[in-house]
Amino acid sequence: MTGTLLISGGRIIDPGQKLDKTGSLLIAEGKISWLGDDTPPPADCDVLDARGLVVCPGFIDLHCHLRQPGFEEKETIASGSLAAARGGFTTICCMPNTRPPLDGQAGIDYVKSTAASEAVVRVLPIGCISKGRQGEGLAEMAEMAEAGAVAFSDDGSPVISSRLMLQTMEYSLAFGRPIIDHCEDTELAGGGQMNEGIIATRLGLAGVPAAAEENIVARDIGLAEFTGARLHIAHVSTRGSVEIIRRAREKGVRVTAEVTPHHLTLTEEEVIGYNTNAKVNPPLRTEKDIEALISGLREGVIDAIATDHAPHTENDKLCEFALAPFGISGFETALGSLMSLVHSGKLELNLLIARLTGGPAGVIGSKLGTLAIGAPADITILDPNREWVVDTAEFASKGRNTPLDGRELTGRVMATISGGRLVHQGKEMKVTAR
Amino acid sequence: MMRAAQQEKIPTSTREADTLSAGQAWRHKHVLDLDDFAPQEIELVLETTDAMKEILSRPIKKVPTLRGKTVVTLFYEPSTRTRSSFELAAKNLSADVVNLSAPVSSVTKGECLVDTLSTLEALGAEIVVMRHPHSGAPYIAARNTRASIINGGDGWHAHPTQALLDLYTIREHKGDFKGLKVVIIGDIKHSRVARSNIWGLTKMGATVTLCAPFTLLPAGLDEPQGQFPGVTFKPDLETALEGADVVMALRLQMERQQSGLLPSIREYTRLYQLNESRLALAKPDAIVLHPGPVNEDIEISSAVAHGPKSVINEQVTNGVAVRMALLYLLAGGGQR
Repeated sequence: MTGTLLISGGRIIDPGQKLDKTGSLLIAEGKISWLGDDTPPPADCDVLDARGLVVCPGFIDLHCHLRQPGFEEKETIASGSLAAARGGFTTICCMPNTRPPLDGQAGIDYVKSTAASEAVVRVLPIGCISKGRQGEGLAEMAEMAEAGAVAFSDDGSPVISSRLMLQTMEYSLAFGRPIIDHCEDTELAGGGQMNEGIIATRLGLAGVPAAAEENIVARDIGLAEFTGARLHIAHVSTRGSVEIIRRAREKGVRVTAEVTPHHLTLTEEEVIGYNTNAKVNPPLRTEKDIEALISGLREGVIDAIATDHAPHTENDKLCEFALAPFGISGFETALGSLMSLVHSGKLELNLLIARLTGGPAGVIGSKLGTLAIGAPADITILDPNREWVVDTAEFASKGRNTPLDGRELTGRVMATISGGRLVHQGKEMKVTAR
Repeated sequence: MMRAAQQEKIPTSTREADTLSAGQAWRHKHVLDLDDFAPQEIELVLETTDAMKEILSRPIKKVPTLRGKTVVTLFYEPSTRTRSSFELAAKNLSADVVNLSAPVSSVTKGECLVDTLSTLEALGAEIVVMRHPHSGAPYIAARNTRASIINGGDGWHAHPTQALLDLYTIREHKGDFKGLKVVIIGDIKHSRVARSNIWGLTKMGATVTLCAPFTLLPAGLDEPQGQFPGVTFKPDLETALEGADVVMALRLQMERQQSGLLPSIREYTRLYQLNESRLALAKPDAIVLHPGPVNEDIEISSAVAHGPKSVINEQVTNGVAVRMALLYLLAGGGQR
């Protein structure tokens, strides 16, 4: 490859620039160097034919689990980044619940250096809030921030102690990075396995009430208002949470929020038959919750769609429902699932792209997620109408744990370019020399 | 691969089952719950139980029907009653019976249920009776073995053989289920017996009224139905019992008080115990069931448990016959 690539004839959508037009885009030296509908200046370049396809900024995922170090049988930084590329993600923020947890500069450095040599997309580590993720003393967040941690979270677990959350927020004011909480009142959740309701009753499984999430969302917002810290709510799943966040935003509290593709598209009914691949935390909820989450996304109460990609091995999930770990492998089905909302008229394509690009970039204060001239050439090319059948045997991720195996989806990522490099290329995509 | 089959969904729609025409043969490979039984299939089990009960009345209670077949009872929870009932049922049919107990402590990750099942299959088990503290465990087992699985109770979820023996006992006394008012009292939330009975009774045309403190009632019963049968809820026991044909008291686990769901056993007893004065509000010919073991003078008074309306001992006898019927049907006796 010459290092110069022309993406020609696609529908270019960049919500940040209010751009939606057919045209071409030139990449040189890893950056976007030209965008327009005329013939571009250089004569000598490779050409990627994007006619009939959508060309947009590479997706940014605020929430994934790459499992390295410590759980390499589930995923590695290398395999996870390949899966991300397949899903159109060019920047992924990985959660620190590894073994050992990323609770200091050494952990952040480890992820960054491993990613630099092994990952095909940009990996931005998130550091722990507490030492050892134990929920007691503060981790060395300032030093981790210097080392490149983009946010802090004890994700996988909530910060149970209100005192620790208050101290975390106060301490974070010095470096201004967002504090991300996995909002779950574990006492109320009480060992629950799925959403509380008639399906849990039918299956005889302990339920997790919506209040378990909403209690902590409300508490955290109260503390964010009090301290003025930047709070980000991970994987919002209930109608009540959307309402609480909406009111906080109206009051000017510095709170942002994300929602996962599975909470936007799947309900608790997926669990029927004791499908451990539909076991996820927070649990899949109901149609009413989905409606509220979509409204929240449309209004901007929810800023970002984040996958919460949580890979597990087949054996991890091949057991009694109550013993199976929580989590869905989400990178490779994210766009296909989300496009169902576009095809059913619930979400405009441009808005969906905004919540996968500029929205998450804003949460971490990043300038990524744009096709502006001079920006890093992180680009996703997708076919909104391509029909395909999910086959987990073909996943790049080591985690095949998804309830979507065998499901037909409409809309697929055809190519992904990260920093000017073509890191995912669908079979149908041809690069030709000009 | 066997494991690849794990996540295939078990058909859960009741509609298909409900539209089966009468006289259609037994089509169940497993007995996991009654939600996928058609009324005609429940009827077939009850009719087959009649025949088994006749065998039990003989001086020599043994027939060669299952000779050369291996039945394994695999219990991850302590049980004497259900297990011996199954064991007797299998032995009455001349099956070889192997009893396996897995200590409760071994039900953790690493002790793989699927591996245990494939071992039993390799040893030649044709029918595995399973009891497990986790809801849904028999479904995971059924998806990963060629043996037939009978659910002997899974977590809070289901206890289909108990429900069938309850149905059989009710039928012996009432003849028909249509229009019967059945009241179930007690810890519905944690009761697999209640859930399976709700499926079975409503499919056969009875109406079910639940009576429990709100903390022992499962969530969502007031949500739009479709996933679970419609039931009536009456928090007040006297109101619930009015005009009842059948009254079923559930065993109260003492740990419900420790976990804060009840203030005291004393108050529970005061509000929810089935005693003679309350039972008088039911129909004069009402019968009283209890899945056992009974906490006398807690959920049910001694006088009622041993009184003329109690059919608790008949339930135990019928249990053996019902389980013989199921073993017989699963082993091929239902192919007509």
